[in-house]
Amino acid sequence: MSSETKQILTTDGIPLEVSLKKAEKKNKIKAFLLVAPLLLFLIITYIFPIGEMLFRSVDDRMVTNMLPKTFKAMEKWDGKELPSEEVFEAFYLDYKFLVEEKTFGKLATQLNYEKNGFKSILKKLQRKMKKFEQGNYKEQIMNVHKRWANVEYWRAIKRRAPDITYSKYLKAMDMYENEDGKISQVSEDRRVHRILWLRTLEIAFFVTILCFLMAYPIAHLLATLPMKYSNLLMICVLLPFWTSLLVRTASWMILLQQQGIVNDFFVWIGLVGEENRPEMMYNKTGTYVAMTQILLPFMVLPLYSVMKTISPSLMRAGKSLGGTPFVAFWKVYFPLTIPGIGAGCLLVFILAIGYYITPALVGGASGTLISNQIAFHMKSTLDWSFASAMGLMLLTGVLVIYWIYNKLVGVDNIKLG
Amino acid sequence: MALPKYTETRYRIWHYFYLFICTCVFFFLIAPLFVIFPLSFNAEEFLVFSDGMKRLDPDAFSLRWYKDMIYGTKNPWGLATKNSFIIATFATIGSVILGTVAALGLSSRHMPYKGIIMATLISPMIVPLIISGVAIFFFMAKAGLAATHTGIILAHIVLGTPFVVITVTATLSGFDHSVTRAASSLGSDPVNTFMKITLPLILPGVISGGLFAFVTSFDEVVVVLFLAGLENTTIPIQMWTGLREQLSPTILAVATCLIVLSTLILVTAELLRRRSERIRGISR
Repeated sequence: MSSETKQILTTDGIPLEVSLKKAEKKNKIKAFLLVAPLLLFLIITYIFPIGEMLFRSVDDRMVTNMLPKTFKAMEKWDGKELPSEEVFEAFYLDYKFLVEEKTFGKLATQLNYEKNGFKSILKKLQRKMKKFEQGNYKEQIMNVHKRWANVEYWRAIKRRAPDITYSKYLKAMDMYENEDGKISQVSEDRRVHRILWLRTLEIAFFVTILCFLMAYPIAHLLATLPMKYSNLLMICVLLPFWTSLLVRTASWMILLQQQGIVNDFFVWIGLVGEENRPEMMYNKTGTYVAMTQILLPFMVLPLYSVMKTISPSLMRAGKSLGGTPFVAFWKVYFPLTIPGIGAGCLLVFILAIGYYITPALVGGASGTLISNQIAFHMKSTLDWSFASAMGLMLLTGVLVIYWIYNKLVGVDNIKLG
Repeated sequence: MALPKYTETRYRIWHYFYLFICTCVFFFLIAPLFVIFPLSFNAEEFLVFSDGMKRLDPDAFSLRWYKDMIYGTKNPWGLATKNSFIIATFATIGSVILGTVAALGLSSRHMPYKGIIMATLISPMIVPLIISGVAIFFFMAKAGLAATHTGIILAHIVLGTPFVVITVTATLSGFDHSVTRAASSLGSDPVNTFMKITLPLILPGVISGGLFAFVTSFDEVVVVLFLAGLENTTIPIQMWTGLREQLSPTILAVATCLIVLSTLILVTAELLRRRSERIRGISR
């Protein structure tokens, strides 16, 4: 054949290749346009706001904007000894403006995050400031409270000068940037967040294991029973799945309370005495029990859908080739169910790690998770940037697992019901 | 599951042990739901089975908590129910329309960047609700939609669409595209083809996706906790408040109604699933 193969033309005289490409492109655009509305909607209402969380968690312009003169004057200060009169005057002017605008409370809250004790001395300053005389502000401010003469507090103010801070992330790990700019750990009695992260991982891990141990036998039973029985038993899995989360949590609250049925049963079989009924709610036990039952269907369903595809003749073949039922199970059946195990475990782990409602209701103080801390800062302390920082750390963890899940199982393989 | 006659004793024992374990797990799954039923008919205020109830004394049972649920003023269950249904209905309609259209695009083999787009569309289902709640709250506060029905409906559309996308793409995966080509070759325009051919065939998937979206919205509490004002209270919010403050039997009456509702939804979903499998020719 010659190298110049004749181009194939369509009836319009356009080369076929070009025409095909054109049609392909048209189809691509058509398909994309169908997805576009939802994609756009999600980007605006969901993806962007998550990006905004990132911005919020590092954004520190609030203090910067409240004390513009101070930070300008502080640029020349080396931070070793008390700042000069210039800084004190700038701070006085900034603060006076804030008092007039009635926004000085916000500054007090923000600086108090940085160093405890700011709230009271700023309040005192606000009261005494009315009688201040012109000039020599350093002396006058230092006379208000002895902490104003402490260089540590001025350093704390200076640390809030940059527009961007990663202090919230450090705080979420129970660390902070000390006076010399080194990252160090907070004192042992104040390390609350690390305990919460570890507890979240621990509970998510053990709930996953418990779910797996319980789900495997029943998924196997459901997959091997004849249809008419398994359909009936499937209801036992699907009914809790469709029932409101709050209803299921409420039923556990009734069962686990001190005068509840579970405790009654323990007393009746003589496991515990009538007087010392154990506390099973408002602690870790409550969280474990309730979360395991609530997440169990999410483990059963992927396992079931995989086991359903395994032909029973494989086990029979294994046995007929001389394996005992255990060997046949371990060497033949179990390896075939691994995709289902992976899918179920990752799903349950992802769901468990971000659980909020159930731990908040039955967890008490020792059974709450990182989500509860995020909600606490969103609703009670209103430290939204800290909540955002913790949320994003949690999100990163989940996305890593999601990525693995996608690699292993593929998101389009998620099946419901 | 009957064992063959030649089974050795130890395997027989093992088999019965396995059945015992399965029974226990099924019991663990389903039993907690049934505690709520009898206690919601309790004549007394305590959440334990009274002696009268154990003797099945008819005087120990009453409908007073159901009356309290309907006529009581302490918790506005009426308003909450109305809000819940309004929000869930509109959220479902929104999710179904956006999700079905997107699923049609995603199922096309011409779709570019399918993987990443699918992952984005499904993400609200994977991201922990608390994070979704925070993010959506920031958006709604900025858009001035916090503490409005519209805001909550939009938030629930975000949370509900992944379910519709998943169920509809699953239905479309077994879809025979030659029927739509046949329709267009016979002169039908795309919209007409969709309404007359595609939609009736994928309807079971659409409806079951819609059911998921409805249940998600109806049961959603984390995001609503951030968004709702007093006027937008929903059933889950009222339950949440009730469970946090004081566990009263009225909540159990509400919970019983919710269990009945979820049973109805389960039956519908199950019937739809079977119908859809029959249509796709995978019936067993």
